[in-house]
Amino acid sequence: MHEYTITRHNEMIDPSLHIWGWEISVYLFIGGLVAGIMIITGYFIFKGKYLDKNCVCRVLPLLGMILLSLGMFALFLDLEHKLYTWRLYLTFKIASPMSWGAWILVVVYPAKITSFFVNVSEYFSKRFQWMNRMSEKLQEHKYLIKTIGVVNMLLGGFLGIYTGVLLSALGARPLWNSSMLWMLFVISGLSSAAAFVHLVAKNIDERELLAKADNGFLIIEIFVISLYLIGMITSTKVHIQSAMLLLNGIFSPAFWVFVIGLGIVIPLTIQLLAVNHKIKHTPIAPILVITGGLILRFIIVEAGQYSRWIDAAFK
Amino acid sequence: MNSISRRKFLKISGATISTAVVINKVSKALEKTDAANQKGIKKIPTFCDLCFWKCGAIAYVRDGKLWKIEGNPIDPLSGGRLCPRGTGGIGAHYDPDRLRSPLIRTQERGKEMWKEVTWDEALDFIVEKMQIIKAKYGPESMAMFSHGIGGNFLKHTLKAFGVINFAAPSFAQCRGPRDVGFKLTFGEDVSSPERTDIRNAQCLVLIGSHLGENMHNTQVQEFAEAIDNGASIIVVDPRFSIAASKAKFYLPIKPGTDLALLLAWMNVIVTENLYDKEYVEKYGFGFEQFKAEISSYTPEWAYPETGIEPKLILSTAREMARYKPAALIHPGRHVNWYGDDAQRSRAIALLNALLGSWGRKGGFYYPVSMDVRSYPYPAYPNPTKEKVDNPNKKYPFADEAITTGIREATLTGNPYPIKGWFVYATNLMQALPNGEITKQAIQNLDLMVVVDVIPSEIAGWADVVLPESVYLERYDDLNVEWFREPFIALRQPVVESPNDQKPNWWIAKKLAEKLGLGNYFPWKDIEEYFNYRLTAAGLSFDELRKNGIILGAKQPIYFDEGVPAEFPTPSGKIEFYSPQLQQAGFDPVPKYKRPSNGPVGSFRLLYGRASVHSFSRTQSNRILSDMMSENEVWINTIIAERYGIKNGDYIKLKNQDGVMSNKVKVKVTERIRPDCVFMVHGFGHTAKGLKHVYLKGASDAQLLTRYEIDPLMGATSMNMNFVTIEIGD
Amino acid sequence: MARFGMVIDTKKCVGCMDCVVACKTENDVPEAFNRDWIVQDVRGKNPNLHMEIRTERCNHCDHPPCVYCCPTGASHVHDLGGIVLVTHDLCIGCKACLASCPYDARFIHPEGYADKCTFCVHRVEKGLDPACVSVCPTHCMYFGDFDDPNSQVSKLLASRENHSLIPETGTRPQIFYLV
Ligand SMILES: Nc1nc2c(c(=O)[nH]1)N[C@H]1C(S)=C(S)[C@@H](COP(=O)(O)OP(=O)(O)OC[C@H]3O[C@@H](n4cnc5c(=O)[nH]c(N)nc54)[C@H](O)[C@@H]3O)O[C@H]1N2
Ligand SMILES: Nc1nc2c(c(=O)[nH]1)N[C@H]1C(S)=C(S)[C@@H](COP(=O)(O)OP(=O)(O)OC[C@H]3O[C@@H](n4cnc5c(=O)[nH]c(N)nc54)[C@H](O)[C@@H]3O)O[C@H]1N2
Ligand code: SF4
Ligand code: SF4
Ligand code: SF4
Ligand code: SF4
Ligand code: SF4
Ligand SMILES: [Mo]
Repeated sequence: MHEYTITRHNEMIDPSLHIWGWEISVYLFIGGLVAGIMIITGYFIFKGKYLDKNCVCRVLPLLGMILLSLGMFALFLDLEHKLYTWRLYLTFKIASPMSWGAWILVVVYPAKITSFFVNVSEYFSKRFQWMNRMSEKLQEHKYLIKTIGVVNMLLGGFLGIYTGVLLSALGARPLWNSSMLWMLFVISGLSSAAAFVHLVAKNIDERELLAKADNGFLIIEIFVISLYLIGMITSTKVHIQSAMLLLNGIFSPAFWVFVIGLGIVIPLTIQLLAVNHKIKHTPIAPILVITGGLILRFIIVEAGQYSRWIDAAFK
Repeated sequence: MNSISRRKFLKISGATISTAVVINKVSKALEKTDAANQKGIKKIPTFCDLCFWKCGAIAYVRDGKLWKIEGNPIDPLSGGRLCPRGTGGIGAHYDPDRLRSPLIRTQERGKEMWKEVTWDEALDFIVEKMQIIKAKYGPESMAMFSHGIGGNFLKHTLKAFGVINFAAPSFAQCRGPRDVGFKLTFGEDVSSPERTDIRNAQCLVLIGSHLGENMHNTQVQEFAEAIDNGASIIVVDPRFSIAASKAKFYLPIKPGTDLALLLAWMNVIVTENLYDKEYVEKYGFGFEQFKAEISSYTPEWAYPETGIEPKLILSTAREMARYKPAALIHPGRHVNWYGDDAQRSRAIALLNALLGSWGRKGGFYYPVSMDVRSYPYPAYPNPTKEKVDNPNKKYPFADEAITTGIREATLTGNPYPIKGWFVYATNLMQALPNGEITKQAIQNLDLMVVVDVIPSEIAGWADVVLPESVYLERYDDLNVEWFREPFIALRQPVVESPNDQKPNWWIAKKLAEKLGLGNYFPWKDIEEYFNYRLTAAGLSFDELRKNGIILGAKQPIYFDEGVPAEFPTPSGKIEFYSPQLQQAGFDPVPKYKRPSNGPVGSFRLLYGRASVHSFSRTQSNRILSDMMSENEVWINTIIAERYGIKNGDYIKLKNQDGVMSNKVKVKVTERIRPDCVFMVHGFGHTAKGLKHVYLKGASDAQLLTRYEIDPLMGATSMNMNFVTIEIGD
Repeated sequence: MARFGMVIDTKKCVGCMDCVVACKTENDVPEAFNRDWIVQDVRGKNPNLHMEIRTERCNHCDHPPCVYCCPTGASHVHDLGGIVLVTHDLCIGCKACLASCPYDARFIHPEGYADKCTFCVHRVEKGLDPACVSVCPTHCMYFGDFDDPNSQVSKLLASRENHSLIPETGTRPQIFYLV
């Protein structure tokens, strides 16, 4: 028998931590999605696919920038001392993922802009001649373009990793405190991105390719999630308790139904059938994957705040 | 304030505002008075009034605004550290729900409908009514209820008017039975601050004294010292109190059976010859009869009564004896529990006598004080009647007036009618059991005056409400304390009153003048009064003002320091056997009477203190309500499981007379016996003016419709009520 | 170089909350927020119960994750005795530090910045004890320098059995509880 009473009643802290709401979940999801988009864009550019007239990599950079800006706006909404946001850019704190993130976002934009100019999409090239000329100039330097591809893939990687490390660095929340979390967010970012690109791509082979890739990502994601949870369960009492939040605790219905079921298993089966031409491609699978990715962020952010160390002190 | 977090902030703190904000808001009102608004920090000594302990304090005024209060280091009571209520005292000054101006009732009593009036109108109204009562029934038909030092000047005015009926709940609802029980035994009472030498006790026995929740400062500080010194602590309580958590022995006694335990302890100590023979032979009277009387009360006999195993009774009795005479059986303070209270207290006195702790280090010391004479006023008129509260000495050993006796007389008109009540600083609706009787009594009055600082329940029943300045805004009478060392203390204004509130001395003087009794207030203002008394005693008012305290020379306080071992009882000795009681038809040696059990399926309602609140007076204090905004009802885990109640659920309690409580939060806990429930006193306010605390928590007072009257001295024993658990509204 | 910390004697603490009230008035902590608080830890079955009462607050950790994770440097370690502080107008209110504290010792002040116990640095600089320590009626709290082996806190730690809060998290808390 254990009775634990505490007189503290701080807003957002008690009875359990609830400092981060939809803003951060959305921010982390979009971060991951854009990361994936950058990797895919970078890959296409690197592979020289940008020359195909209707290569999706001609529109992705712009879409990515729009999405990313939405994500950053969500983050901004979450800040409690908004007027002081600029303080982020007066310093770089090597130990602070937040600081890393702030600066990564700064370099991501130029990278995306350059990738945008690699082969300006028709919409712009028609209207703005100078853009066209820019692209032509760039395309004279094959290596420069390859580097742009690599840089986009790299920065995409960083961005994706950062969205995970942001949480896993917070050792006070056992559910987040796992070295697998960044992998989970990167891979989930990639699968969502693949699904997203699949939706916007016009080119059939690209669609096919992305569907295949997506299936790959989804399979890997299942492994990563399993490893993540196994890591928890084989760790300390608190970690086990927090893993249980997902497996059979208050968050388990959402986790099993939306993340595993509708988010991975079902779209995976649909797309496996599709790529083997048993059925034809529908937007259903990619949409499910994207929502699954979003809900994954919501659950991890919520459940993570729910998990804590002091529970180890008793029960 | 940043809009977003401001919104969230308001969400959590409900309708309330941050301390900071309250301060700004209310001090707007102060600004006008604080025109000077001097920058910097001023420190002004005074003494606390969040309870009756009167700890010396130093108030800090920052840029003209009250900032904080600390203990006064030279004060013997606080040693420079206040209790949480004292530290939160500034909340009394800033309480936005304070009474602001005098009020006169516009509808029937209890409706709390008022018109604001000037002090002259209010006092003239009172004077007119008082004169009519005097003419019709005589001045004796006025009565005053007053608690605390603040009442002194008003009492003086009323005495000058010819009033003789004055009572405080501190006797019949509090320490009365204890003091009577001790007086019958040692010829002297324990009084307040208790003369207990806790600091030096090597064995400390607490019978319901819940120190740590009961925050009487010196007691708690000395309790901690005793813990530090490794004193052996024995706690007897149906509830695992804070004190119990510090104890070497915890005795979870069946409520109402303490006398059986005490008799068994004495039986062991006597039969095993563990008592202080020399002391008992030298100072004791009637020991042999006493010995014979208690011979049958063995631990085995006490076991079924108390539920305490014989071997635990044995070992604890021997533990006390091992440390005698530095073994202190604490007499408790609020002891009116079961109707046998004076006798139970007498048993506690006798146990202490056996251990030789009275007058000895680590037991009970002899308090000392400074010789500061009272002001030489003209003599009061001679009464033509007896007091009403205890007609023909119905309660032979009552040596103070009985509140409920005055209430009774007001209700019945016997021995003579009471037509006017003057109520100062006592919330009779929460303090007296069975409030319905109080309300009926009030209906018989021609005049009901309440002097208060907030719109309390009792103020709601007044014809005239007089708003007093809180203690930080006024002078009060000099505190000439009886304690370990002699000292006097001054309460003086720290800040000005925010509105039209006035100090009691001003009200008393003004009222006297309007009654044509100005000659009873020869002094111009209270400073002149202080000057007179202090100079007469060879002391300096300026020094007192500067330091808040003047210490007297140390004096002996134990027998072995030279205090004469005199016992002002009829026999001049410690009366183990009491002829007085025998003659009055009571047990000369305490006898155990089994307490009545409640109806099946009901639980005995116990109540007590929370460290951050005083009775019903502090709930509206924003700082203290932030610490504890509602009370909880403690229910044992097994019972909770049986009823399917979870920690934090809200339930209601219904007492044996069908009275239903306000909804109250449940604390499911192992820390209480299954046969009783516990609640902190003072919550569940029903006064509309107390906006911040209205109907927060439940009121124990409301459920105390039954009480037994102590036949020796008329105290109302209130642990006699049983409640059932009512789920869902 | 000093290393400030607290030693708290749970044998004496009665959980009266005086330390909480004192913190409120000393530091104008807004209503409904706490920089310090009381925990009652009860074990056993009636009547064989054990209760540890603790007054808790920021532990001014030697390895303060709240400082490491702060992107602006608002959360920092003060030169004076390793006290962990927040510079209000450097704080953007991102709440990473709130999330990083295993003791949930921080909160967002109504004005938008992260707030918490400061060890009453404004008093300590004047050579005074923190408000909560100086008010405690049971004298169960001790504030001092752990780097000085002759300080009362060092001596108490050396002489009596004690524990700190969830040391497993590796934050190296600087408040210790005597049992
Ligand atoms: N049910 C129940 N009844 C009890 C008790 C219990 O535990 N439970 N306890 C008993 C005991 S031990 C005691 S001592 C008594 C205490 O009984 P009371 O002394 O009546 O205590 P309170 O209920 O706090 O009422 C004090 C009143 O004085 C007002 N007041 C506060 N400060 C000032 C001031 O400066 N000036 C003026 N004019 N008024 C002021 C408050 O607003 C409040 O209305 O109650 C007894 N009755
Ligand atoms: N914080 C705070 N401190 C206060 C006060 C306050 O209002 N607030 N008021 C002061 C005043 S005036 C008084 S009189 C005192 C009152 O405080 P105390 O005299 O110390 O205690 P009581 O109010 O008599 O009783 C409360 C305790 O008795 C236990 N109890 C109930 N029934 C029984 C029983 O049958 N047997 C035994 N052994 N124990 C029982 C309850 O569980 C509870 O722990 O507190 C003083 N100190
Ligand atoms: S005990 Fe507490 S409330 Fe009572 S006078 Fe002392 S400090 Fe004030
Ligand atoms: S003031 Fe002292 S005794 Fe009271 S709760 Fe705080 S630490 Fe404990
Ligand atoms: S207790 Fe929490 S806030 Fe304080 S230093 Fe440690 S981690 Fe930071
Ligand atoms: S909330 Fe303020 S102090 Fe905390 S990490 Fe963010 S910027 Fe730093
Ligand atoms: S040290 Fe100061 S700030 Fe910290 S809890 Fe104590 S009083 Fe509050
Ligand atoms: Mo009392």
